Formats: sequence, C-alpha cells, structure tokens
Amino acid sequence: MNMTDGGQAGSLSSSPVIEIQNLGVRFGKRDILKNLNCTLSGHSIGLLGPNGAGKSTLINTLLGFYPVSSGTARVLGYDIRTEMKKIRALVGYMPENDSFIAGMSAVTFIRMMGELAGLPSEAALERAHETLFYVGLGEARYRKLGTYSLGMKQMAKLAQAIVHGPKLLILDEPTNGLDPAARLRMVKLIKEMREAKDLHIVLCSHLLRDVEETCEEVLILKQGSIVHYSNLAEERRANRRFVEIEVMGDETGFAAALEKLGCECALAGGKRIKAVVSDDIEIRDIYRVAAERETQLRRLNYRRDTLEDIFLKAMETETANGRL
Amino acid sequence: MAVYKRSYRGYSGAYTPEWSRFLILTRYASRNLYRSKAITGFLIACWLPFVVTALLIYLNHNATILSMLKTSGGQLFSIDAKFFKNFLQIQLSAAFIVTAFIGPGLISPDLGNNALVLYFCRPFSRAEYVLGKLAVIAQLLSLLTWIPGLILFGIQASLVGWTWTIDNLFIASAIFLGSVILILVLSLLALALSAWVKWKPVAGALVLGVIFLGAGFGAAINGVMRTQLGHLLSIPIMFEKVLDSLFRLDQTNRIYSEFSPALAWLGLLGIAGACLYLLSRKLRAYEVVR
Repeated sequence: MNMTDGGQAGSLSSSPVIEIQNLGVRFGKRDILKNLNCTLSGHSIGLLGPNGAGKSTLINTLLGFYPVSSGTARVLGYDIRTEMKKIRALVGYMPENDSFIAGMSAVTFIRMMGELAGLPSEAALERAHETLFYVGLGEARYRKLGTYSLGMKQMAKLAQAIVHGPKLLILDEPTNGLDPAARLRMVKLIKEMREAKDLHIVLCSHLLRDVEETCEEVLILKQGSIVHYSNLAEERRANRRFVEIEVMGDETGFAAALEKLGCECALAGGKRIKAVVSDDIEIRDIYRVAAERETQLRRLNYRRDTLEDIFLKAMETETANGRL
Repeated sequence: MAVYKRSYRGYSGAYTPEWSRFLILTRYASRNLYRSKAITGFLIACWLPFVVTALLIYLNHNATILSMLKTSGGQLFSIDAKFFKNFLQIQLSAAFIVTAFIGPGLISPDLGNNALVLYFCRPFSRAEYVLGKLAVIAQLLSLLTWIPGLILFGIQASLVGWTWTIDNLFIASAIFLGSVILILVLSLLALALSAWVKWKPVAGALVLGVIFLGAGFGAAINGVMRTQLGHLLSIPIMFEKVLDSLFRLDQTNRIYSEFSPALAWLGLLGIAGACLYLLSRKLRAYEVVR
C-alpha cells in the first residue's frame, strides 16, 4: 500500500487492487468518509475499525451502492464513477447481513447468482454444485435456504460470492455470529482462497483475530478516516528481528559472540541481553552460539506487536483529512 | 470437478450477453409461479371467455346454424370494434386479479430478505431488475389480453376475408396497443406497491384497493365537486376511455363522456411515471440513512 502524503509506502509491486483518491462520502450533512487516500495492492487486505468507523461504507461505495461526494477510487483499474459494471463483473461480495432469495434451494440460489454474473445456465449449475461442495454445503445443497442455520447461511453467502470466479472477493464481517467451529472453517476457507493466484481478498471486520489470521495488509479506519496502514507480513518479520535473551553464565562474553555473529547487542542488566538480529541470521544460529560457548539460555523472546497493539495505537492516532 | 479436488478455482469460460440477463429473473420467477396449481388453474380458466368468443365467431359464420335460426341480416350479431373491445374488457377484470395475486410476490420477498444487494453487486442494474420482474407479469397478462385478442381477430379475418381485415386493421392495433398500455400500467403499479409494502397479502390488497377504491373515490370527488377529474383516480375508467379512443368508438352516450381521452392517457402515463419514481426510490442495495 502507498499512502499519498501519508509518508508510508508499501513494498508490493503488483498492480493496485484498490486506489482511493480524495474519496469522500456524505449522507445529508454528515461526512461518513473523509478525503481518503490510499493504494492497496496486497493479496489479502483487512479493513479494520471500530463500529461506525466507515468500513462497510467504504466497501459499499467501492461497489457503487453509495454515491461519492468527492474524489474517486479505482478497483482493479476501473473507475467507480464511470465503470461500475466492469467492476461488479470482477468482484464477488459477501454482505454482512442475512441476504438470500426466499423459497429457493441453495443450489438454485447459487446457480441464479452465477447466471446473473454472466455465466451460461449449464456452467452456472456446474459451478453452483462445485462451490457448495467447496464451502461444505454439498450435502445440504437441495435444502431450502430458509431452513439453514446461521453458519450455513454464511457459507451460502460465501458460495454466491465466489460462484462466478471473481478477481476480487469482498467479505463483510464473514465470521459474524458463527460458533468457534464454523468460524475456524470460514477462516480456513479464506486462507485457502488467499493462495489462489488470481484472487484478491478484502476482509472487513472488527474482529482483530480474523484479520490477523487471514490478511497480509491491514487498513485501520476511525471516524471515516484512515488512521493506520500495516503490512502484517513485514511487521511480523521486523518483530522477529528484535530479540530479548536471558542467560545463565557469562552474559558479556555471549553478547560479544553474538556481535561477532552480526547482531547488535546491549546488556540490559540481570543477565539479560537485547539484540537486533540482522536478516541473514536465523534464531537457530543464536542457539548454536550458546551451545558452542556452553552458555545456558534461560529465556529467548522476540518482541511481537500483536494486531491488537497496532489497533490500539491506531485508535490513539489523531486524524486529519483522511491522511496519517 | 471431482469431489476430491475441492479447491477454489476461477472461471474462464464464456459469458452470456448483458442485454439478455434480465430474462434470468423472469425465468426463475415464472418457474416458481407455474408450480402453483391454483395460479395455473386460474390462468387456464381465464381462457374460457376466449373459447366462448371463438365459438360465437364460428357460429356467426356457420351457414347451417344461420339458416336454422333464420337470421334476417345473415349474421347473429355484428363482429366489429365494440365486439373486440368487450372481449378485452372482460379480460381486463382477469388481468386485475392476476396482477393483485402475482405482482406483490415479485419484489417484496427480495426486500424482506435483503436480496437486492445480491442482485446489484453483480453487473446487473436496477433497470434490468425492474424489467426482469415486469416481464413476469407482462407475459402472464399478454396471455390474457392481446394474444387471445389477436387470435380472435385472426379467426374472424380468416372467416370473412381480406376486405374486412384491411378495413378493420385498426382493431388489431387497438387490441395490441390497448393491452400493452394495460400491461405496463398494471405491472408497474404492482411492482411499486410490492416494493413499498413488504407483507405480500397487504400488498395484494393494496393493488386491488388502488384499482377499485380509487374508482370509488373518483366518483365521490366527481359528485361533490361537480367535475370529471375524479376519474383520474379510477384506473378502470381511464382504461375504458383509452380503449374507446383506440377502438374508435362513439363516446357521446357514456356517463363519463365529458372526461376526455387525452386526460385518460395523461392519467395513465402519470400513474406509470409515479410508479417508476417509487421504484427508483425503493430499489437500492442499501438504504441511505441521512
């Protein structure tokens, strides 16, 4: 992700999935989204924020459901103001609320959704069966949707979003109301789909755990503005580089050995060493040095900012015109 | 894909043309409708007037029967514009009932189940949605109005020859045009009410209410205000007026003769426009709360 004027730049080289330029959305006199600017290119993007932050509004605006009051955005290269039909042909959307067509069996429903996306009738039927098996509703595919449990309805919503093989899958609170087992199944499916080469995922949630488990990039919104962008994969790597070690024995000698290995070390007192480990050094190298010097390692931690830390920090950030 | 190979895969096959996609809604909705034996039975019963009228046309040209009855003018009755208009008016009542029964079930369930978002997140516009739903009622009403009407015209034409057919071609166009106007107004009315009232039975009652109670209100307004403008609330009278003008019938002896056909046309257009406005207000993926 790149944030214009925001000072942060992502490292992903692929073409942008979503580019937002000075995007504003206003309902009546209320500014719901305020002058947002960002470029997202990741394979799986998380939209995080407290209730009312504008996550769903942003998604609905990108899908053309809400009118734009200022600026614009591009989804998969197409402008949301002028090329909405092209965008919708490439996007699969799983809405937050219960949405289905009454009196239909799951397979008829998914087939119809496939046909509406442009698939020929026979292909839509074939893919409806495949998709329902894929999301785990294979055995219940001839049942009426009205008889489904909440978890099954969520899966059916996911199936209708992927039946036409979209390039971008937008999931709005996909684990809402699911029991732990169903949540795990949903997260597993999202992770699997993330691996598909030609599919990007945008996951909108207020559940940090879901986003942490499934997303590479996270965009945090607060009161209609972007307050933080985080590349979780890079953040995880960076956190692993900062190591805190407690030894039994000669900590000064061990620190010197680590420095010889290529680490930057500082003695923290109480037999503790803080080390910044360079990229070419593996954690196992530290164990090897300890074994060679016959130094007992009592504790080895690498500091890791959880998404919760990142989120809480972001919530303390003041926003100005949608930029950091 | 084999079951053991369950994994996500994209779609790389052919796509259907965009213009034809509204018919998907029509196909699914119609399939649902014809599953109901009551509706299928009613639709078949609606063809009884056609059978009777076709029989009458046949009898009117059957020499044996005419000689048995010793008719003076060589015919039992005259088959003219009024004859076909009367047939269309009988079918009109059936059309009102069909619209009241079927119309409300078309949009209100989608609204009740938040399904609109699923349609509109696809390359499928609101206009296509309305067109798809409208086509459901339109095909049913076509089966009740202009299709049997034109078949009757064809039967009469085949029995009397070209001269009559050419002289009376305006009857065929009146049957078709009158039916199309009827279908458009009734379909839009049913869809608009269905979009605003989520409860199906209430929406159905409302369709009949607007059609028949409107006529009552219109008559009351005419009585109190000593005007003819109250007929603008009466869909049946406006239809009749429009049909009279299309079938080129003398309107001087009617009780509402002062109500001009132009006003009736305007009234029906106004109703259609109002329904379209109501539909455009209500048919959104998400309602914007200001």
